[in-house]
Parts: sequence; structure tokens; C-alpha cells
Amino acid sequence: MTILVIADHDNCTIASSTFNTLGAAAQIGGDIDVLVLGGECSTVTAAAAAIPCVRRVLSADCELFAQPLAEDMAPLVQRCAEGYSHVLGSTTTFAKNLLPRVAALLDVPQISDISGVIDANTFERPIYAGNALATVRSHDAIKVITVRSTKFEAVAVTGGSAECLAIDAPAAQALARLVSRTEAKSGGPELTTARIVISGGRGMGNGENFVLLDTVAAKLGAAVGASRAAVDAGFVPNDYQVGQTGKVVAPDLYIAVGISGAIQHLAGMKDSKMIVAINKDPDAPIFQVADYGIVGDLFDVMPALDAAL
Amino acid sequence: MKILVGVKRVIDYNVQIRAKADGSAIELENVKMAINPFDEVAVEAAVRLKEEGVATEVIAVSIGPEKAQDTLRQALAMGADRAILVPHAGTTEPLSVAKTFKALAEQEGAGLVMLGKQAIDDDCNQTGQMLAALLGWPQGTFASSLKVSGEQIEVTREVDGGLETVALNLPAVITADLRLQEPRFASLPAIMKAKKKPLDSISAESLGVDLTPRLELVKVVEPPVRTTGSVLVANAAELVEKLKHDAAIA
Ligand SMILES: Cc1cc2nc3c(=O)[nH]c(=O)nc-3n(C[C@H](O)[C@H](O)[C@H](O)COP(=O)(O)OP(=O)(O)OC[C@H]3O[C@@H](n4cnc5c(N)ncnc54)[C@H](O)[C@@H]3O)c2cc1C
Repeated sequence: MTILVIADHDNCTIASSTFNTLGAAAQIGGDIDVLVLGGECSTVTAAAAAIPCVRRVLSADCELFAQPLAEDMAPLVQRCAEGYSHVLGSTTTFAKNLLPRVAALLDVPQISDISGVIDANTFERPIYAGNALATVRSHDAIKVITVRSTKFEAVAVTGGSAECLAIDAPAAQALARLVSRTEAKSGGPELTTARIVISGGRGMGNGENFVLLDTVAAKLGAAVGASRAAVDAGFVPNDYQVGQTGKVVAPDLYIAVGISGAIQHLAGMKDSKMIVAINKDPDAPIFQVADYGIVGDLFDVMPALDAAL
Repeated sequence: MKILVGVKRVIDYNVQIRAKADGSAIELENVKMAINPFDEVAVEAAVRLKEEGVATEVIAVSIGPEKAQDTLRQALAMGADRAILVPHAGTTEPLSVAKTFKALAEQEGAGLVMLGKQAIDDDCNQTGQMLAALLGWPQGTFASSLKVSGEQIEVTREVDGGLETVALNLPAVITADLRLQEPRFASLPAIMKAKKKPLDSISAESLGVDLTPRLELVKVVEPPVRTTGSVLVANAAELVEKLKHDAAIA
């Protein structure tokens, strides 16, 4: 078996999810190579080469890939995939956008968002917002897979010295062009990797009230998330959304504030080690999955929590 | 410009699903079915483009059981002009669905194909990207807003870091995120009118597509249910005590 893992990165550092995806690759077993697609991304290539479980790093470092457009990247990944038994990416919007395009070019099905490796051809994955687990087996020569990061241990980051191979830039497809992108926000831990997450829902009432979460989050070193209702209402940006169609998190501690606990929200956080719910409705479904709960008005409870910390 | 819009018939998102006791599939008998919510958003967005005069015709397409006619009628009631059913019993996979859409897009000379970003049953999130690859078209996935200007479409996408806007050459494939549009409720007259709109049936075979699944489904089970319900604490101070005791916080 030879496995090709597509690195997620911002041209400076490798995203932590890639180390979990490498963990899934290690479970499948065999030689593991990493493909880095980027522009002026030599630090990423170097970092990939330092990962002990990696055999070889393929790096297509070119102007064209400075912007991650699937239209331009997919044909190159297709070409690189020849001879590999598996092509893996993370369940990030980057890989979710790119890998199905690669799978179609290779004329193979994709197995999305795997939560377990049974053997090299057989995988477990959540379906129906995680309300069922399907075990699927592939009979194709190349298996294209995205990996749910929270379900796999990260591999060691340094200590290795893999061989690096430069790949020529392909021709531009000239189908799409990046117009603009919101800057990643600085400060505070990242939602999907934070040890503690505090999320607010419709009960927060408005965006200003999220400061009640921010102050507690700062004391706990937590990231702030939200339900879809809170994002739809414009309280916070879309990248805060936790759930079936947002981000999947599994922190040590998840605090849900003014969130009812719809299955689509639970889909994104029910693997958290400990769940705390703060809600004024004692019958809110969130209390069925919470370890601790406070039935009360969040506008009383949150300032008190801040004071108690 | 003609728009093809995909609609999948799935279990209603409010239903608590059950796996069959033998682990062979999810129970679909006597379960409330509905249009996939993301597809409903795609239909709304397509119909708006027609209302704005950007599109000339909206064609709703479903690959699924005969009953998917209901789903297509719903799209027609929302404003689609006509519908195509590609009958198929059993599971559909994104790759063969994408091949079906490719054949139909070519047959119809579509300028835009709009799909939901994922179906809430298999949660695959693949079909639009695969279709774009097969057609050699650009893709605007996870779209939260659209603007057609001339030969291009500008798509704002919901990505992990926030929002990203791309300009795509037409023809293109768009996959809808939930915030793209608020789907309308079809009025009674619209529902009556939809009953008279054309709904054709086209076999996958005649399109040269094999819909037999390629992945083998070994089993489907329900995940272990989480816990016993929560321990209620009286106030914030008590909560902090508990969390410190459990080493959840320092
Ligand atoms: C296809 C699809 C995909 C979806 N994807 C997602 C997803 O990814 N993520 C997601 O979160 N949702 C998702 N949803 C939406 C989901 O179904 C729910 O509508 C949503 O999670 C509800 O958000 P909420 O709990 O904040 O709001 P509500 O359900 O309105 O709950 C608000 C809660 O706040 C409590 N509250 C109000 N005021 C106070 C107060 N002062 N103090 C304490 N408590 C208070 C109320 O008791 C209530 O329990 C999806 C839905 C669909 C159809």
C-alpha cells in the first residue's frame, strides 16, 4: 500500500487536521507520501519532510497554486495519484472542495468523512448527521477518502527527514479566479483544535451579547462557536458554526449556552469529552447529552460564571 | 440560459432515523420523506435567477424512486418550469449521479447546474464537485451568495476561515449552502399549477449511465447513545467546582 496525503496549509504552516489525517493513513498502513500544493510554501514542504511517518514529500510550489482553486489543482492531483492505493485529505473546506473533483477525474467513488479504518479497503463513516454509522468497502484500485480529524490521533510532528521531490506546475485552466477572501481572525485558539469550546445559540439574543462568552473564553483559553440559528441571525460569522453542516469539534469541554440541542447541532459536538449546557428551558434536548447542566437565564449565569472563575 | 437544478428525496430532517435490526440499511418504510434542504435552497436560488431575467428556464432533476415525483412537483410549485425523473430504486452514489447530470446538462445545453452542497442522508458532499470535473466546468461550492454578470458568475463561498469570493466562467456548477436563499412556501395556486407542468421520465440507460453502487455497504448501525442525562447544578460557582474536580478546567 502507498498512501498519498494532501496537506492542508496556508503556505506557511501545516494545518493540525493534516496530522490527524496522517494518523488515519498510518492506521491503513504502508508507505505514506505527502503532497503539498501551494505558492511560496517552502516552509510547509520542509515541515512535511520533518514528519517521522512520511516517506516522501511531493511539492508543487508555484504561482498558480498560491490560491487554492480546485479547478487548477485537481488535474495535478489526478496525475500524482497514479500508482497510489489511497489518496487522503482532511474534512476541511479545502479538501471537501478538491477531492471529489479528483475522484471524478480518476473515475472512482469518494469515501467522505471517515471515522474509522476497519482495513485497507473498509471504512466506517457517519451518515444522517451522525445518527448512524455506515461501514463501506471499496473495490477500486485507488481509494479517495476524506478523514474526520476528531476521530484519529495526530502523528508526531518532528524528527523525520523525508525525501523531497519538486513537481512542475501545470498549465492554468483559466476557469476560475479568486476575487477576495476574509482574513483569518487572529488571537484565540482555533475552533476545531481548542481544548475548550464555548458556543452560543439563538438564546444569546444578539451579536453584542457574545461578549459574555468571549470574556469567559479568554479566562479558560477557549474558542467561541455558535449554532446555525446564531449564525443565520447574523450574531457571528459563518466560520463559528458547529454542526452537521458546519465544523465538527471534539474538545475536552464543550459549553453550550442558549442552544436547544437540535440533532444537526449535536452532530458537530457530541464527541466532546464533557458537555455543559446552560439553558433556561429544563426540557431542552441539549440536557440529554450534557454531563452538567444549569437551568437558568444565561444573562444571570454567564456573569456569575465569569465571576466564579 | 437554462439552469438544471438537482433535488433528492430524503428522510425529513426532523425524523429520528432508525437502522434496520439486521444492519442492512436505514429504515425507509413509513418514514416521512422530504426534499433535501440544501436542494430546496438551490431551487429557490435558481428560480430567483429566472425571476431576475438571468435564466430562461429552470429544469428540476431527480434521480430516485417513482415517489421522487412528489419532490419534483414541489420544485415545480416553487417555480421550476419542468422536471425530469431518472428512475432508480435503491441507493444512489454521487459519482453516478454526477454522470447522469453530465448527460442531461449536455442534452439540455444547460449554462448552470445548481445542486445542494450535501444530501442530509449520506452526508457525502461530492456530487457538484464531481459533476464540475466531468464537464470540465468551474465549481462554486458551499455558496452563500451569487451574482451573474455577463459570461461570469461571482460566488461567495462559506469556507473554514470565513468567506471567499470566486469569479467563475460560465457554464458552471454551483452547490448551495443553507444561507444562499430562504426557500419560499409554495402557494396553493402554485401547487395546482405545478400539477400541470411537464414531468418527463428518462432512463439512466438511455443516458448511458450505470447507477449500480460501486461501494459495498457492509452494515449500518446506530451509534452508542451518549449518557444518562445531565447532573443539574444550582449555580455557576457549583459548576466551576465540578469542572475543577473533574479536571476539565484548571
Ligand atoms: C439541513 C440542516 C442543516 C443544519 N445544520 C446545522 C448545523 O450545522 N449547526 C447547527 O447548530 N444547526 C444546524 N441546523 C439547524 C438546527 O436544526 C437548529 O435549528 C439549530 O441548531 C437551532 O439553534 P439554537 O439551538 O441556537 O436555537 P433554538 O433551537 O431556537 O434554541 C435556543 C435555545 O436557547 C434557549 N434560551 C433562550 N433564551 C435564553 C436565555 N436567556 N437563557 C438561557 N437559555 C435561553 C432556549 O430555551 C432554547 O433552548 C441545520 C438544520 C438543517 C435543516
